[in-house]
Amino acid sequence: MITETGHFVLILALVLAIFQTIVPMYGAAKNDARLMATAQTAAITQFLLVSIAFGALMHGYLVSDFTIKNVYANSHSAKPLIYKISGVWANHEGSLLLWVLILTMFGAAVAVFSGNLPPTLKARVLAVQGSVASAFLGFILFTSNPFERLNPAPIEGTGMNPMLQDPALAIHPPLLYAGYVGLSVAFSFAVAALIEGKVDAAWARWVRPWTLAAWMFLTVGISLGSWWAYYELGWGGWWFWDPVENASFMPWLVATALLHSAIVVEKRNALKVWTILLAILAFSLSLLGTFLVRSGVLTSVHAFANDPERGVFILAILVFFVGGSLSLYAWRATSLKAGGIFAPLSREGSLVLNNLFLAVAAFAVLTGTLFPLVYESFTGGKISVGAPFFNMVFGILIVPLLLLLPVGPFLSWKRANGLAAIKRLWIAGLAVVATIVTVFVLKADGPWAAPIGMGIAVWLIAGSLSEMAERTKFLRSPFMTFWARLKGLPGASIGMTLAHLGMGVTVIGIVAITAWKQERILVMKPSESINFAGTQVTFVSEIAGQGPNYSAETGRFDVTVDGKFVTSLYSEKRIFQPSGTPTTEVGIHPFWSGDLYVVMGDAVKTGGRTVRLYFNPFAPLIWFGSLIMFIGGMISLLDRRYRVGAPKKAKKPTLQAAE
Amino acid sequence: MAMTRKKQRTIMILGGLAILGVASGVILTQLKDTIVFFYTPTEVSEKSISPQTRFRLGGLVEKGSVERGNGVTVKFIVTDNAKTVKVSYTGTLPDLFGEGQGVVTEGKLNAGGVFVADTVLAKHDENYMPKEVADSLKKQGYWKHDEDKKP
Repeated sequence: MITETGHFVLILALVLAIFQTIVPMYGAAKNDARLMATAQTAAITQFLLVSIAFGALMHGYLVSDFTIKNVYANSHSAKPLIYKISGVWANHEGSLLLWVLILTMFGAAVAVFSGNLPPTLKARVLAVQGSVASAFLGFILFTSNPFERLNPAPIEGTGMNPMLQDPALAIHPPLLYAGYVGLSVAFSFAVAALIEGKVDAAWARWVRPWTLAAWMFLTVGISLGSWWAYYELGWGGWWFWDPVENASFMPWLVATALLHSAIVVEKRNALKVWTILLAILAFSLSLLGTFLVRSGVLTSVHAFANDPERGVFILAILVFFVGGSLSLYAWRATSLKAGGIFAPLSREGSLVLNNLFLAVAAFAVLTGTLFPLVYESFTGGKISVGAPFFNMVFGILIVPLLLLLPVGPFLSWKRANGLAAIKRLWIAGLAVVATIVTVFVLKADGPWAAPIGMGIAVWLIAGSLSEMAERTKFLRSPFMTFWARLKGLPGASIGMTLAHLGMGVTVIGIVAITAWKQERILVMKPSESINFAGTQVTFVSEIAGQGPNYSAETGRFDVTVDGKFVTSLYSEKRIFQPSGTPTTEVGIHPFWSGDLYVVMGDAVKTGGRTVRLYFNPFAPLIWFGSLIMFIGGMISLLDRRYRVGAPKKAKKPTLQAAE
Repeated sequence: MAMTRKKQRTIMILGGLAILGVASGVILTQLKDTIVFFYTPTEVSEKSISPQTRFRLGGLVEKGSVERGNGVTVKFIVTDNAKTVKVSYTGTLPDLFGEGQGVVTEGKLNAGGVFVADTVLAKHDENYMPKEVADSLKKQGYWKHDEDKKP
């Protein structure tokens, strides 16, 4: 009964989404306030309906209702509770339902929090949002119905892919989807603005918080996925330039560009046409990502068994929205009035440069990702484009961007004095030189690029802090003045400093792991020891054990440094029931200088096991840096100036009568 | 020297084109140098691939062919049910590597015609078959799409 209700409300949601697409749009064209007002109710109701449907599917998982095909195929009664919950989105149908749930949640949030939007703009934004929801609800109902029943019902489910039974991966999809789908709001605003023919500072102020929120979720979602790959897959790596990874990285690059260009629209009323294009592209790349992941047209290590027919449906959605919005753009973009003029050397100029590098980097990643498809359709040959391509091309594009990054915030709007900006960065410059020399001396045998990479990281961190010190008159005025200025800093400014600083922290981790990673593969028998990366690792023993839904062989590895016991690491081979699928758990010990990473491999004929050891210097900083970026985004989001509805602050704290 | 709108646009467009141009150049040369071809065992036997060429070899792991020696090197045979190639790989195999399963490996042929792989691509899902492998098996008529999808 609950299941049928879920199915039924999902159909209602589709009907409502179609209504929400057409009626408010017509109302806005006719300037009919009553028709336009329906958008708000429709958006909120639609979110409630999809929530009910999602709840119904989750109920099926929680009570292990194997009459539902989706639950049977992806769950098992012996699974721990958290994976019964995350099992809802650990499969094609359920993950699409989650996609739509988050989409309608954003739609409802726009409806609730944008009371001060002009009514026509609001109606059009929600109508576009409704059209996206219609497409995906249709996709779910026609090709991927999660509520399909089984008759006769099996007694037990087939279980969930064990590799996904992991806490980080339980929350990775919701966060990543919140990022992907959050970009739909920027997209809807862009399309609505094209229809209205008007983009101004207020428009940018409305769009920014939504883009920022989406960007934050994307940042932390991608980072969590990378962390998971690092500790779960046991390859010692954190990023593989795999098509599925690139699919999430491209929208991130464009969303980052969009965040920066929206500042120019807001402050200087310039770059409007470009900003609209970025908003369209960011969401288009999200759709492309969904298509690549769900259709399996590209070989990926992160891909799951999939169904090409569904891919065609998503491709049609992709073509419709990307083609439609870009045609509208080509037709209407020229009607937007051009804004403020600026010299090449100015804050605007630096943001344009930022945008060029980010956009071209996204283009390079896109080329490398899709090239195998293009090549195959022209020549029939099968190829792969791997990490060497992406490392080289992306590196060439990103290094100049990182070098220029700390300079930008010191440039003034309209026309800047470049020399003055550089002068203010002299302390950061000194720190960079000191870093390069120190690293070069300490790691003389390492790759030559490593000291430079570390120099860039310090440049980002010290440069960001210099900007904050400049604003707060740090050390150049009495402490109380500094303190008052620090407290008075707008959230957006602190957020920017943190985001840029976080980037620097991530770069430290990336450079260190790339340049100085140590790796060793060998056969170890119980009680054998090996000296590795300044530690002594002893393979103590193997113990057989039992988990809630798996059996395990656990290898214990004792780690000592200079004869002193540090920790015991456990690496496990698990065999999951009922599928019999094996997985490996990695043993990791974080030293201050990096991670010691132990993987127990297969048994060897003559006794013992293959063992893989890694030392990954400063690896945790990769993800810690992105956490700092996330926090920076959060602080910026809380900046009152961007809070939706900020321009008019209620003066009187009186309650208004309900209508 | 006042900035006019036209001048501003020209500078922006030229700057954009310059970056895009450099990037395109790098992309094209890098693509030429770094792409890795995918071959099936049949294609390996038909082409004479030089030992310097890095490529991907894909197919099924032949049943009963996996030899785990005493050291860290594993030997197995990759087949497309027509031809086979011997593979030697040093390292720990991914969890979902198994006999009769699809596999994609990357490396070079040695003088004796053995494919020395430095990478065995893992997968997350036991029902997932790399697209290249699925295609080549389909071509040979050995692959049924919905084979493992029971009720």
